[in-house]
Amino acid sequence: MSAHAVDTHDAHDDHGHHHKETFITKYIFSQDHKMIAKQYLITGTIMGVIGVMMSLMMRMQIAWPEEGNVIFEALLGKWAPDGVMDADIYLALVTIHGTIMVFFVLTAGLSGTFSNLLIPLQIGARDMASGFLNMVSYWLFFLSSVIMVLSFFVEAGPAAAGWTIYPPLSALPLAQGGSGAGMTMWLVSMAIFIASSLLGSLNYVVTVINLRTKGMSMTRLPLTIWAFFVTAIIGVISFPVLLSAALLLIMDRSFGTSFFLSDIFIQGEVLHYQGGSPVLFEHLFWFLGHPEVYIVLLPALGITSEIIATNSRKPIFGYRAMVASILAIAFLSTIVWGHHMFISGMNPFLGSVFTFTTLLIAIPSAVKAFNYITTLWKGNLQMNPAMLFSIGLVSTFITGGLTGIILGDSALDINVHDTYFVVAHFHLVMGISALYGMFAGIYHWFPKMFGRMLNKNLGYVHFWVTAICAYGVFFPMHFIGMAGLPRRYYTNSNFPLFDDLANVNEVITIFALIGGAFQIVFLYNFFSSIFYGKKAVQNPWRSNTLEWTTPVEHIHGNWPGEIPHVHRWAYDYSKPGHDDDFVSQIVPLKDGEEELQH
Amino acid sequence: MTALLSILVLVFISVAIWQMVKIFDLTQGNANGADSQIAHDGDNKINGYLMLGFLIFIYVITIICFVKFGDLPLMSNSASEHGPGIDNLMIISMVIIFIVQTITQFLLHYFAFKYRGEKGRKALFFADNNKLEAIWTIIPVIVLAGLIIQGLFTWTEIMNVSEDEDTIVIELYAQQFNWKARYAGADNTLGKANVRLIDIDRANILGLDESDPNAQDDKITTELHLPVGRKVLFKMRSQDVLHSAYMPHFRAQMNCVPGMITQFGFTPTVTTDDMRATPEMIDKVQNINRIRVEKSKELQAKGEDALERYEFDYLLLCNKICGKSHYNMQMKIIVETQEEYDAWLKTQKAFKDSLNK
Repeated sequence: MSAHAVDTHDAHDDHGHHHKETFITKYIFSQDHKMIAKQYLITGTIMGVIGVMMSLMMRMQIAWPEEGNVIFEALLGKWAPDGVMDADIYLALVTIHGTIMVFFVLTAGLSGTFSNLLIPLQIGARDMASGFLNMVSYWLFFLSSVIMVLSFFVEAGPAAAGWTIYPPLSALPLAQGGSGAGMTMWLVSMAIFIASSLLGSLNYVVTVINLRTKGMSMTRLPLTIWAFFVTAIIGVISFPVLLSAALLLIMDRSFGTSFFLSDIFIQGEVLHYQGGSPVLFEHLFWFLGHPEVYIVLLPALGITSEIIATNSRKPIFGYRAMVASILAIAFLSTIVWGHHMFISGMNPFLGSVFTFTTLLIAIPSAVKAFNYITTLWKGNLQMNPAMLFSIGLVSTFITGGLTGIILGDSALDINVHDTYFVVAHFHLVMGISALYGMFAGIYHWFPKMFGRMLNKNLGYVHFWVTAICAYGVFFPMHFIGMAGLPRRYYTNSNFPLFDDLANVNEVITIFALIGGAFQIVFLYNFFSSIFYGKKAVQNPWRSNTLEWTTPVEHIHGNWPGEIPHVHRWAYDYSKPGHDDDFVSQIVPLKDGEEELQH
Repeated sequence: MTALLSILVLVFISVAIWQMVKIFDLTQGNANGADSQIAHDGDNKINGYLMLGFLIFIYVITIICFVKFGDLPLMSNSASEHGPGIDNLMIISMVIIFIVQTITQFLLHYFAFKYRGEKGRKALFFADNNKLEAIWTIIPVIVLAGLIIQGLFTWTEIMNVSEDEDTIVIELYAQQFNWKARYAGADNTLGKANVRLIDIDRANILGLDESDPNAQDDKITTELHLPVGRKVLFKMRSQDVLHSAYMPHFRAQMNCVPGMITQFGFTPTVTTDDMRATPEMIDKVQNINRIRVEKSKELQAKGEDALERYEFDYLLLCNKICGKSHYNMQMKIIVETQEEYDAWLKTQKAFKDSLNK
């Protein structure tokens, strides 16, 4: 087959056919981007299950604080004597839930899966620029996941200073049990994670720039690729800053430096630290922390753009505006971190600047939302589960995003900062939205990944219950936040002032438990369909993009022959003058047919 | 127990759903392979209607939340001079959010219903329209410009803490897991302090400089008393980890950072007594006490003590994760008349008299 491969990447092709792959090179230390994507997805899913279970335990604790519970007793062991959760482990759950969901599920699980799967397939490349680095990236991610989970088995408990690990709390074992070995493991795990993420991101950027097939100009790239590409760039810019913060914190913790610590008296002794500032750590943390929100969100928006266009049988509305808004969001995301620090003690003038830049982000976000809605207009919507999750994403993105104009406004942030209002806001706009994007991607590209179809009826049940529960959980949560209830409280029973919020908290927890339990429907569907799903056809969703021109059976190098050339953009759906309602990117323009000036 | 029961119910529901889906699959006939897992007109129709239903669900949950929980938020009864400014801005923002949310969710879900797929229909090829893009770029720009300007004015006014003769300077001191307040005494100047000077044996718990004359008459208290109508400037310190001084009724919050002094100023406008007498607060307290009585009955049935009756007080809460007992780090705030305040302050011991010899 390699005989009729003409481009420079046929070396890969040869490789695939001349050397017999062993189980280990094919399934474990694989350098094939499709296998690595699946590895990321499975690992991310497992981490997701762990993360969600932690959140359910927290919700149960908040709703029924004083009650013993067999689930706590079974899962938390010595940290739940007689089934009553310990206050330290509650904070550990808060911390590890946040860390796992943000980094391990919605960064690695989402970007790792879909960037790896789709970048080579949608730009027409045999594989990633460096298969080896890609493999290393996955295994570093795996290693960091293992370390993070193992930190639960440390004597004094895992890190418990919140996912933002602000020092001095995170720096001093005297301040909190979790700040001992648990925090060391957290920091080591995250340092490895960042290395993994950087290797992955560099690979994505290089691949998109260099390995596009003939005719695949940047303006013909599907929006998925634009989103993955820009996400990778944000990652390369911001993750190293978190690494530096983590390293400096390790120095403070283990080598007695004072980068973040000063003038501390704790448990009867004065510590030697002098001259450092916790506010410096906050700056470094949020310089990654805020772009991280978009590292999580942009891939989901990219996936959604693709799925909404395909299932609406319409071109995505305003392709250029969509690309421009991705770029604008990426740029703005790096200059808004201070809105997490309005009341941190930094100069109030900085607060004004960050209010200004933060509220500007609403503009490209609004453009995206309106473009999605216009794409639906006069479409011929195919309500596949992937489409439902994409519409759901737009809905939660709007609901969650709108409250951002309150939190981004420094004057209003004074009173809702660190309350449940914030929890509701970011869970809707980045947590649920990105999760929906991930689900949408899984339902849509499952046939590409496993050659089989997911069961659509289970998909419908999964979506509708999840959608109702997501609103049931996070909509009322805004109100208890506006009532002044702080987040990260182990119980609210010491504040009679908040007694009238207890029943709201119970309602929220019940929705959370139902929503959480119904993810079993998805897990069952996912794992059983890998083996028993209906066999997929080559292009089940009648889509334009290149990945659907590859054979259903995975082969090393993706296309059996020459890599197809691209002649048009990805969104010629229902184009007048064509019989079908889709025109693959590899179909040459007809005589006299104009390519849209997009 | 409740939790276990709920889990069991959930398991049964899941099994039921799974069985239903199985039956649904069987009735559809699985002869046509992969196509059976792609939405057909029937699915489009059902899910289109469900989209419409979901729109109604969103509206209903919005209305329920506003009616049932709408009186919970601290949106009307602020007790500081700058409070109404924040509340107004909050209400303006909420109105804008409400309008945009109602319209966009309608369009999204209504389109999803209206244009649900049908075999043989062709979608409109509509890829671009600069005029539309311009409209929904410019409208948010105008709205946001208004919000930004209003927000920045409010913010600058609040954060501008110019001290004058009449300002009372109070130190808020945070430690795991309680608050202390330090009043400046007759000289109206806080004495120098550093955690390195803490001497537990001598009961110098805040690390005041014993040689500083300004420190001698400082008063350290465990309750925060404020005279109504006087501007208070809080200087905040922390001795161990980050804390955040959150006083929701005064719309005030600032982090306490070890190694530096942060500040926040406001003027309380409603005394504790007056706040307790407002109709909203009477309602709220009654409601809370009703809940507490019910809860007490449950507790007593288990042989535990009943809960105390609740009476409203302003509170200072810790709102930055600070360790195990973060959830119980609070201090009572009492706003009173100038006379009551003076009388209370007189009863507090001065620093030099509070030291162990």
